Amino acid sequence: MKEDHPLSVRSGPSTTNGDSPTAGNDRVTTRRDFLKCLIGFVPVVGLPILGLNLGALAATEKGREYDPAEHWYGMGIDVGLCIGCGRCVEACKEENNVPRDPYFFRTWVERYIKTPDGKMIVDSPNGGMNAFPPAGVSEQEILRTFYLPKLCNHCEKPPCVQVCPVGATFNTKDGVVLVDESYCIGCRYCIQACPYGARYLHPEKRVADKCTFCYHRITKGLRPACVEVCPTSARIFGETRRASTPLWRFVRTHEIHVLKPHLRTSPKVYYSDLDSEVR
Amino acid sequence: MPAQAKRLLLLFGLAAAVFVLIRHFAVPESFGRYGHYRAEAVNVVAGLAPRYAGHLVCGECHDDVVTVKRTSQHASVACEACHGPGLSHSEDPTEQNISIPAGRERCGYCHNYDATRPTGFPQIDPAQHGGDEACTSCHNPHQPKPGEGEELCGACHSEITRTLASGRHKNLDCHTCHGSGTEHTSAPDSVRPDVPGTREFCGQCHSEGASSPESVPRIDSSTHGEDYVCWQCHFSHLPEAGR
Amino acid sequence: MEELLRQLAEALKYVTGFIYPNEIELHWGLLIVLYPFLTGLVAGAFILASLERVFNVKEIQPTYRLSLLTALAFLLVAPLPLLAHLGHPERAFEIFLTPHFQSAMAMFGFVYAWYLMVVLLLEIWFDYRKDIVIWSNSKKRWRRILYSVLTLGVRSTSDQALAFDQKAGRFITIIGIPSAFLLHGYVGFIFGSVKANPWWSSVLMPVVFLFSAIVSGIALVLLIYMVSSWLRKTPIEMPCLDKLGHFLFYAMILDVSLELLDFVHRLYEAEESIDILAQMVESRLFVSLVVVQVLVGTVVPLVSLAALRALKPRESVRKVVYFVVGAIVLVSIFFMRWNVVLGGQLFSKSLRGLTVYKIGIAGREGVVASTILVLLPFAILVILSLILPPWSGGARNKKSSESG
Repeated sequence: MKEDHPLSVRSGPSTTNGDSPTAGNDRVTTRRDFLKCLIGFVPVVGLPILGLNLGALAATEKGREYDPAEHWYGMGIDVGLCIGCGRCVEACKEENNVPRDPYFFRTWVERYIKTPDGKMIVDSPNGGMNAFPPAGVSEQEILRTFYLPKLCNHCEKPPCVQVCPVGATFNTKDGVVLVDESYCIGCRYCIQACPYGARYLHPEKRVADKCTFCYHRITKGLRPACVEVCPTSARIFGETRRASTPLWRFVRTHEIHVLKPHLRTSPKVYYSDLDSEVR
Repeated sequence: MPAQAKRLLLLFGLAAAVFVLIRHFAVPESFGRYGHYRAEAVNVVAGLAPRYAGHLVCGECHDDVVTVKRTSQHASVACEACHGPGLSHSEDPTEQNISIPAGRERCGYCHNYDATRPTGFPQIDPAQHGGDEACTSCHNPHQPKPGEGEELCGACHSEITRTLASGRHKNLDCHTCHGSGTEHTSAPDSVRPDVPGTREFCGQCHSEGASSPESVPRIDSSTHGEDYVCWQCHFSHLPEAGR
Repeated sequence: MEELLRQLAEALKYVTGFIYPNEIELHWGLLIVLYPFLTGLVAGAFILASLERVFNVKEIQPTYRLSLLTALAFLLVAPLPLLAHLGHPERAFEIFLTPHFQSAMAMFGFVYAWYLMVVLLLEIWFDYRKDIVIWSNSKKRWRRILYSVLTLGVRSTSDQALAFDQKAGRFITIIGIPSAFLLHGYVGFIFGSVKANPWWSSVLMPVVFLFSAIVSGIALVLLIYMVSSWLRKTPIEMPCLDKLGHFLFYAMILDVSLELLDFVHRLYEAEESIDILAQMVESRLFVSLVVVQVLVGTVVPLVSLAALRALKPRESVRKVVYFVVGAIVLVSIFFMRWNVVLGGQLFSKSLRGLTVYKIGIAGREGVVASTILVLLPFAILVILSLILPPWSGGARNKKSSESG
């Protein structure tokens, strides 16, 4: 493993939300104690108390209130690093209580195989959650091949938000597109409007659902579950408007692509090594 | 004003007033505070309970394991990638509320051979590797080392060895063209294996007058692709030869 | 939920190529096909009525009030498939409380409300008001109460009042025409504005929807006029029927020209979605589009109507042709909605695969529920025509309107 491997900073404090690397040393004794504090918060903030503003929501490492205006989140995907293990798909379903059936995904992985005669074979069995069975294509018939993780792009100009008739889906001040479960009427217009297939209708709640960038984690200084478990750091989480964040480094050092740029949704999931045939 | 108009205006006015009144009571209080949505909804989502603790928590109790793993091949693999969500376990550590993978399935998600995995990633063929034994019976998951006596290149470059084995260069050993590779196996990311740099190298078998078997295709080195090194056109792992 | 999972597992077997994992569930099904069909009939029937009122097409006068009541009957039923389809119908009122002004669907709620209350109900009221006042005086018991309520307390039948009724009615019809255009054009815009979907996203979508709505509305009124005349054992006025046939013919030519334009434009530009869309038309939509909508549903009626104009056969032949053509056209326009709504979901947004729509029998999205929803407006129309008989032609008709 390289010395400057991004994960070698794992042994130090987290730099997910751009806090300075030394910040972690000043506050509560251990990370476990810190999390214990947060667990105390959870039942409190879980109740729909009117008027409770986000400030009371979570203490960051510096002990300050969380201020959404200081953040504008995005994600990076290094396509060349993805090994198609599907840990991200599983972790997402676990963390967010997504139905386990193979029809509802907040994130999934696709496999692309280009053959010498020009065909592109694409599949995503169960979203890639249990990795990929053999494709039935011999090595002779593979010109190039790669895995492609996908999720909600948390667009800056989301077409899903544009079409929601009641205001049940929206862009937060920190750049995350969320769904208001108790307000959504389940008309499914947003699901039609999403160019990326990122949304689904929750089969039990009967409302629209999708990736939230693990909002309940990132507002507490944690990383999204998919980023947490990725064994090769193919997923990078961070800020798109602040300079000291892993995502900023990623977009500095890689040639960046987004999905379906011609639709001008301004996605905030940035891909490096994105093959031009990916839709 | 005609009676019809008066009556209709009255009725419509009443309907509008009723609508406004209903709206006053029915629209949620936090709606519109930050935008066209219920501001309270943000709190609801942010207040959900996490299940994954994050990689730093495990080390608080399992420092010994983390220390070992940190310098191993699995340094970048989060504890919870294999052990599942660990927050409730970190709260109340028992052996029941954390998953300890057994058998061969979980390791296989990463390490079973698939041609699409990036080259340099260690893979095995589950049908031929280790019988039915659990992976952990030979490999320590916190400090995995490859077993002994295996074909070293193929352990990390299975796709290349399989491609090679299916084509015309199947009788060539990796070392024939790429050198011993011993430095590469110790530091794979910083030391790349040798790659033949001259046309003469391939000419050892493929030029007119070479001492290779008759069946090996020959070219006239003075005219065939004279501007290029051979592998700039030909894919040595699966030579196309005239395709 | 078990039923849903079973259906999805079944559908997964028929997927060809690659679809995004979330795309296996088709979100807008039969109920959403029904909805533009019903609102289209409303717009079409109303525009037919306004042809008579504003452009003084005397021949179709016998259908004037009938068209209005038909429009009302269908407009009352139109929101039902939408409500039935929602994940949370009990929250549907949120569209009126906190409408998102950027959303075509939200604004449509207000267009619908405007059209129902300001255009249709008012036009009917102004046209029938004199008769309602008369009935509120002449009828007995509960009918008397009903008509008294319907007068809204305005009981004058003076010349002045009646003149105002006429003027107001005409004014409302005039604003009603663009309102009807808006009503169904908006439905087209709901689909046409979705940039994520290359089958739907088109400038022509609202226009095509509108003109096919006019076609379906004319066909519907034509059929209802024929059937109601047979049921009432009154003679069909052939000038009226022939005129309706002419309008149907012209409207169809306009509609076909627009759809042909869209088709030719797509084929010519041949941008990246053309391959999967062509595959979809040739496989999943072959019967519903090529056979039913185009060949049987458009070519046959056009040829038949053209033949009627050229050959001018006798009355009994024309009646049969009009009836059959009317029925075919209604089916054809239903399938046009089907091909648009379902076509937009049968191919993957990855442009690499096709899925299937498995239609059910029972349940909210089943054939039984939709059949009931299609028949319901006719039942309502019967009730409306008992309360507000449309047979005597309307306030401007010189014939007596007191019999009711």
